[in-house]
Amino acid sequence: MSDYNFAYLDEDTKRMIRRAILKGIAVPGYQVPFASREMPMPYGWGTGGVQVTAATLVPEDVLKVIDQGADDTTNAVSIRKFFQKTAAVAVTERTREATVIQTRHRVPEMPLTQDQILVYQVPIPEPMRFLEPRETETRRIHALADYGLMQVRLYEDIARHGEIATSYAYPVEVAGRYVMDPSPIPKFDNPKLDDCPAIQLFGAGREQRIYALPPFTRVRSLDFDDHPFVASKADHACAICGSTTSYLDEVITDDAGGRMFVCSDTDYCAEMAEGGA
Amino acid sequence: MDMAGASGGGIWGNQEAEARPLLSVRGVEKRYGTRIGCTGVSFDLWPGEVLGIVGESGSGKSTLLGCLSGQLRPDSGQVIFDTRDHGPIDTLSMSEAERRHLGRTDWAFVHQNPRDGLRLGVSAGGNVGERLMANGARHYGNIRATAADWLERVEIDPTRIDDRPRQFSGGMQQRLQIARNLVSGPRLAFMDEPTGGLDVSVQARLLDLLRGLVRDIGLSVVLVTHDLAVVRLLADRLMVMKGGHVIEAGLTDQVLDDPQHAYTQLLVSSVLQV
Amino acid sequence: MYVAVKGGERAIDAAHDWLGRAHRGPAEQAPLDTAQIRDQMALAVARVMAEGSLYDPDLAALAIKQARGDLIEAIFLIRAYRTTLPRLGASAAVDTGAMRVKRRVSATFKDIPGGQVLGPTFDYTHRLLDFRLMADGELPATPPATGDGAALHAPHVLGFLNRDGLIEDTPDDGKEPGDLTREPMELPADRALRLQALARGDEGFLLGLAYSTQRGYARNHAFVGELRIGAVSVEMEIPELGFAIELGEVEVTECETVNQFKGSRTEPAQFTRGYGLTFGQTERKALSMALVDRALRWDELGEDDQGAPAQDQEFVLSHCDNIQATGFLEHIKLPHYVDFQAELELVRRLRAGAEDEA
Repeated sequence: MSDYNFAYLDEDTKRMIRRAILKGIAVPGYQVPFASREMPMPYGWGTGGVQVTAATLVPEDVLKVIDQGADDTTNAVSIRKFFQKTAAVAVTERTREATVIQTRHRVPEMPLTQDQILVYQVPIPEPMRFLEPRETETRRIHALADYGLMQVRLYEDIARHGEIATSYAYPVEVAGRYVMDPSPIPKFDNPKLDDCPAIQLFGAGREQRIYALPPFTRVRSLDFDDHPFVASKADHACAICGSTTSYLDEVITDDAGGRMFVCSDTDYCAEMAEGGA
Repeated sequence: MDMAGASGGGIWGNQEAEARPLLSVRGVEKRYGTRIGCTGVSFDLWPGEVLGIVGESGSGKSTLLGCLSGQLRPDSGQVIFDTRDHGPIDTLSMSEAERRHLGRTDWAFVHQNPRDGLRLGVSAGGNVGERLMANGARHYGNIRATAADWLERVEIDPTRIDDRPRQFSGGMQQRLQIARNLVSGPRLAFMDEPTGGLDVSVQARLLDLLRGLVRDIGLSVVLVTHDLAVVRLLADRLMVMKGGHVIEAGLTDQVLDDPQHAYTQLLVSSVLQV
Repeated sequence: MYVAVKGGERAIDAAHDWLGRAHRGPAEQAPLDTAQIRDQMALAVARVMAEGSLYDPDLAALAIKQARGDLIEAIFLIRAYRTTLPRLGASAAVDTGAMRVKRRVSATFKDIPGGQVLGPTFDYTHRLLDFRLMADGELPATPPATGDGAALHAPHVLGFLNRDGLIEDTPDDGKEPGDLTREPMELPADRALRLQALARGDEGFLLGLAYSTQRGYARNHAFVGELRIGAVSVEMEIPELGFAIELGEVEVTECETVNQFKGSRTEPAQFTRGYGLTFGQTERKALSMALVDRALRWDELGEDDQGAPAQDQEFVLSHCDNIQATGFLEHIKLPHYVDFQAELELVRRLRAGAEDEA
């Protein structure tokens, strides 16, 4: 693939994306518009994350790509291969070895460090989108921090269900200012965003937005004083490593209702299983 | 602003506040191309006062209301509001953020069609609670209790707090809209034909309710209507508009019982014939 | 122990192998030649070029072959390729008035200077399957008719109306148009940007919207003032030379519609315009584009917002791109078990709560 520039995108495009990233870091939680490029994988399949990763990677980087917490899921494989082909960077499945981690729908269980960058793939960056479909209106809402409507949505959940019935893509308030969509991670992962030593970057290709959390940013999940946010997960232990603190996938094992729970973070699970055995 | 922080409460604070109008309108004009929307409108509205604006459709009364409430941008003039924190400020010089803040705290707007002023997909409690949440309330139980209290004040059964406005009658929807607006304790309400489109008996009940609320809260109101019966019941003072101009103004009884302008005479007599 | 997530890499490789074999079809069949696709499926090639935003008939033919005839997939291949091309500069505006027309019709005037030229059109054909094309009796290849798109003095029909002030004038405001492939779309978008988005928008989506305007959802009474298809030359200013040189020719379809008039007591009545311009012979697309363009102009023309989908620029511009749409639509095939697990837990908890209360 020597016909393509390092990490596929040309340098001008990478510079444009880096500017958007820097702006995003300077204004935590603010959605920076950027001229998203057509990538050789479909919109909605991580083109935003891929562009951010492409603009972030340097040849010395060690890249890890996960989807649903696992390195071996189809789209993670596809994206990892893409960067092996176009950037020839080293890749790993080990969270602790990676310098750049691109993820879809999970935050690794292993605590991240200041030497790492976590890149999220984002389908719909606008946390208000399903309350207000108009971009012109949502941008005004953010500009004026006029977030009453978001709280109304949570109020309605409690009124109807007795609790806030949002289990993933749970909205957060960043550094006391912008309300942000953390991407469709389970709300179990929300606390990991808060005060995180790593740089967290969010890329939405189709929607042409990049946003960011600089290290050690205050990230608060929206809630009510008398209905505080709870990071919930299945009340089981992992059937493989026995962890009781990691996020679990439910696996159906037969057609008679049999099932088991295993860690969604496969690297964490393997490490725990080795350590525990 | 010059007046910012000039009277920060104290013994004289209240007296000073009462000694000046809540809203001062000066020379407001709005044109649509060459056509006049409204022009040369000036008046003072005092705390606790209800001002009726009457006229036929096309007289400019709705344009004027839009200009006063920040929904339309007048071409010239001033709309000075006596803000809580910084005294009188021309709202036209405010940033949009400041105007919106005013719109969810000290101001209220009651639309003729409650569907324009309600969130139909949100429960009654959520509708009433929205302003509280927008102003920072974060205790679900307290928000809900306040909402229930306001539903009661506008004569809606609090057990219907989780119902959506779609399930309400037109009169209930209008009362819900009023509760949703008044929950933040505003000092000034703009009302655009608040009883329009309702049955006569429903209208009477709503007018009664409004009169009680205005008196209890000490609310100032700018009320636009074409219905002289409504202004006679609610308004302390009256402005009559025609062709974008204010042609007559005065105490409500005085204008209705002894109209000076030929057009007002026509307006009054045509109503009496109905 | 059974672990569902392993094996993704091998599965992908196997799937791609299968695709490769399925792609070729039976070995005893002759493979498709991209030149055949380019020349014999020229309208598919035109659509791929138009919506792929890249004028290259050979690459479009290759994309169609590689995509097994799935045109949206082919458009996607072209778009992804296009991203990697350096942007050396912008051409001068093409002069469609100087087009070498192969088709040119006006529905508003019976006769026009330069004449009506029907060209290679399906119009007026009877849509009967021609079984000769299936049997070995292939149609005889005829040499191109007299001067395939001979240069012809064919001034724009709407120019005649404009000269008399009967239709709104649209002078060049001299503003450099934005470029939505380089800058993120900002809403509200001006007309130049809207036209760019429509030009690469999905033909089916625009057709549906245009049709909806005809059926009363923001009706704008469109007449086809002129529809022309033909070759225009592309020129570029070379700063070092100080003049423009011709780089080549592209075939385009241009549609100008004459729409309902506006006017007021102070301004005399005037017809208004809708505009469509697309790569290749893509007539349905250009017509649709012109109708949708006109519908989106309601605000500047002082018309009412009827709440019709075709009037809503956020709605139209955010959803007309089929590459964005298909990607996002198809991404729901990707694993979502983490989100689903979170929802499953929630529903179980809510149900348990409901049972406790009961």
